[in-house]
Amino acid sequence: MSASADVIVIGAGIVGAACADAIARDGLKVAVIESGAIGGGTTAACMGHIVVMDDSEAQFALTRYSSGLWHQLAAELPSEAEFTQAGTLWVASGEEEMAEARRKHAYYGKRGVDTEILDARALAEAEPNLRPGLAGALRVPRDSVVYPPWIARWLVERSGARVIHGEAVAASGTEVRLRDGTVCPAGAVVNATGVWAPRLTSSLQIQPRKGHLLITDRYPGFLRHQLVELGYLKSAHGHGSESVAMNLQPRATGQILIGSSRQLGVDSSEIEEHMLQRMLQRAMEYVPGLGQLPATRAWTGLRPCSPDNLPYIGPAAEDSSLLIAAGHEGLGITTSLATGTLIADLLLKRRPAIPAAPYFPGRVHAASH
Amino acid sequence: MLRAIERIPITVNGEPRMVPRGASVAAALLGLGITEFRRSVTGEPRAPLCGMGICMECRVTVDGALHTLACQTEVCEGMTVRTDE
Amino acid sequence: MNERQEFDVVVAGAGPAGIAAACAAAESGAAVGLIDDNSEPGGQVWRRDRSHAPSQLARFWLNRLERASIHRFSQTRIVAATARSRVLVVEQPRGSFEVSYRKLVLATGARERFLPFPGWTLPGVVGAGGLQALVKSGLDVQGARIVVAGTGPLLLAAASHLRLAGARIQAIVEQAPLPSLTRFALQSARYGKAAQALGLGLDLIGVPLHVSSWIEAAEGARRVSAVRVRVLKKVKTYPCDYVATSFGLAPNIELPVLAGCEIEDGFVAVTGGQRTSVKDVYAAGEITGIGGVDSALAEGQEAGSGNALGADRWLPFKRLLHDTFNPRDELRSLAAPETIVCRCEDVRRSALDGMTCWREAKLQTRCGMGTCQGRVCGAALQFLNGWRNESVRPPLLPARVETLANPGRRSR
Repeated sequence: MSASADVIVIGAGIVGAACADAIARDGLKVAVIESGAIGGGTTAACMGHIVVMDDSEAQFALTRYSSGLWHQLAAELPSEAEFTQAGTLWVASGEEEMAEARRKHAYYGKRGVDTEILDARALAEAEPNLRPGLAGALRVPRDSVVYPPWIARWLVERSGARVIHGEAVAASGTEVRLRDGTVCPAGAVVNATGVWAPRLTSSLQIQPRKGHLLITDRYPGFLRHQLVELGYLKSAHGHGSESVAMNLQPRATGQILIGSSRQLGVDSSEIEEHMLQRMLQRAMEYVPGLGQLPATRAWTGLRPCSPDNLPYIGPAAEDSSLLIAAGHEGLGITTSLATGTLIADLLLKRRPAIPAAPYFPGRVHAASH
Repeated sequence: MLRAIERIPITVNGEPRMVPRGASVAAALLGLGITEFRRSVTGEPRAPLCGMGICMECRVTVDGALHTLACQTEVCEGMTVRTDE
Repeated sequence: MNERQEFDVVVAGAGPAGIAAACAAAESGAAVGLIDDNSEPGGQVWRRDRSHAPSQLARFWLNRLERASIHRFSQTRIVAATARSRVLVVEQPRGSFEVSYRKLVLATGARERFLPFPGWTLPGVVGAGGLQALVKSGLDVQGARIVVAGTGPLLLAAASHLRLAGARIQAIVEQAPLPSLTRFALQSARYGKAAQALGLGLDLIGVPLHVSSWIEAAEGARRVSAVRVRVLKKVKTYPCDYVATSFGLAPNIELPVLAGCEIEDGFVAVTGGQRTSVKDVYAAGEITGIGGVDSALAEGQEAGSGNALGADRWLPFKRLLHDTFNPRDELRSLAAPETIVCRCEDVRRSALDGMTCWREAKLQTRCGMGTCQGRVCGAALQFLNGWRNESVRPPLLPARVETLANPGRRSR
């Protein structure tokens, strides 16, 4: 490696790509190390949902900040990025979930995020293919949809980063060693290898969480919003090791993308029929007409899951000159841009737009001692 | 073996047409001079390529069902077919 | 009807190999299920012709199938398979269910290989076997002007069949050079194929046959109206109503791959008695190497009976076919940068510049991500770029969401 880079980013998924882009915008010379195709890992197994979430204050702050960055970027994104402001409908099946919709409405409203309560009739008008008898929904109009693998590549290209095809086997804050023995020196190193980040930084607690996805043929207009059941985190994706939830998305192509399933600690890539079946049955409970649509492809991916469901952004516990940008679980697309910006801020010792400490990797390490 | 082929009525794009009994929808449409079965994602006209259920180019709407393979579907009396959708 | 139907032997595909396998298994007393997505058995080669009687060989086997005690599932597509539990998920036009087996014979046959050239997406450009299939299923080509182009013995068979159906064959365009065609003709006599070839030759008297030649482009506004053919150093233009094109056959190995069978040089690897690398899974016919009807019948009988009956005597013929009709390098430059390679997603060849593998191309350009699941562009890209499809997942073919959600439940 002749010309050494100011910063090496390991991993060219959406998070690594966003880091490379943000760092390059500060005038630093970046190199990206990727062993497979750009955007070909977890990034290729995401729904591409830009969503503001309120699981915790820290999660809300990060997703709202990042969602704003996506809206700024949208004007520059070419059409292949498929940025569509579809909006999210958090669907309530009964009164209990409707109460949750109202709570969410209040929470978001207090923090300046526009949302709207839909009653049963308004919901049926908004999405005629939902089954009758649902209680209503919370609409979050600014939530959006993108096509992540293409954007990852676009960001890497825009950053002007040199792409090094190889597998990193060791990383410190000053150099990265590849499988073939090559040593790449750098002023700083970012580990953005998602599920595989603990291989390079052993203190990171990240578990794979397998998910299934299935996509249909093109039925433009069949759905208009990203639909998510309101029990998504609480009842549907609870703490069991296997769970499914209704999560449906109209793609820019007119295809319907069907999620979601979660299997903690499973790292195989095969389609597991029992999970696929449960996931599709759940989706059909909400949208019965889905049953007759031809499905064209199913696939799986691994989400990098941290114990407290927050990503690791910041200095590694064992080596503060090594930066971590990993562990984004199911929110990697939404939070990628904020992650990139926070990493650049940390590198340049700038004051970030939101407090960065809640995402420092040391928090989990410290808590477990 | 050649004998008079019986013809049956179907509706194609709103028009009543007569087609050979037992024919596939693909053969029937081509026989009527229809060559624009579907519109590709960039708007090109497309028609059957493989004739055996592999290429998916012959997809038409049959009795309201979108994306029906014309080469794998037999015509029947009163069938409604829409092309170019 | 049961949610799951159980058989000793399930045969996937009702072409010659599948029919022979099913008959052999049933005649030895096994409970046999024969699954095919067409409405009648016979596969592509014995597809029922509305205007012509079947050949003697076809009649023999179709009668034998009729007499045997076999449960036939027609218009039935296998959409998922789990080799571990020995269950297939199948879909019919009005429902879906599961089929279980003790022994599985894969006889899924082959599809035509298409190589992209400018204008190949125009209506009227059809597979050579594809156009035959359309004629057999009721298309009248009386008086139609047809150019038959590509490579392989299928071209002559298609031209002959189309001519007998009343078409005016404008030309047959074969990319293979004359010396290898001559060698093929001489050597195939050993396999009893001489009379067959001679018959085709007589059917085609008066039709221009260009060897070492290929289509440069199909022309037309909204359907094909002419083709430009490169003949030696010259370009000839033939006005036409249809172009029947085929560059040999590509095996349908999706189900074998999903079942876990080892693949060798693009075909299912088999050992004695047509055994695959997976226990109790057998393979016969074109998926083990393109060889035509006779070798498919021999392999099918072996696979169905479980006994080695000498089907491997066809191996040299398979090699001869491959060596004679392997597409020449020049054909790699037929597709121009703006030529569409993936017809489902309209991906042009230039969009694939800089892509290192099919997976990258899929992610970045959608190439191969459409409804045909890369069955058409995959075979082309294997030739053009040396890319292979590395993964097969259910659904093997587009299947209703309901089928995948509740595979054991018959619906509607």
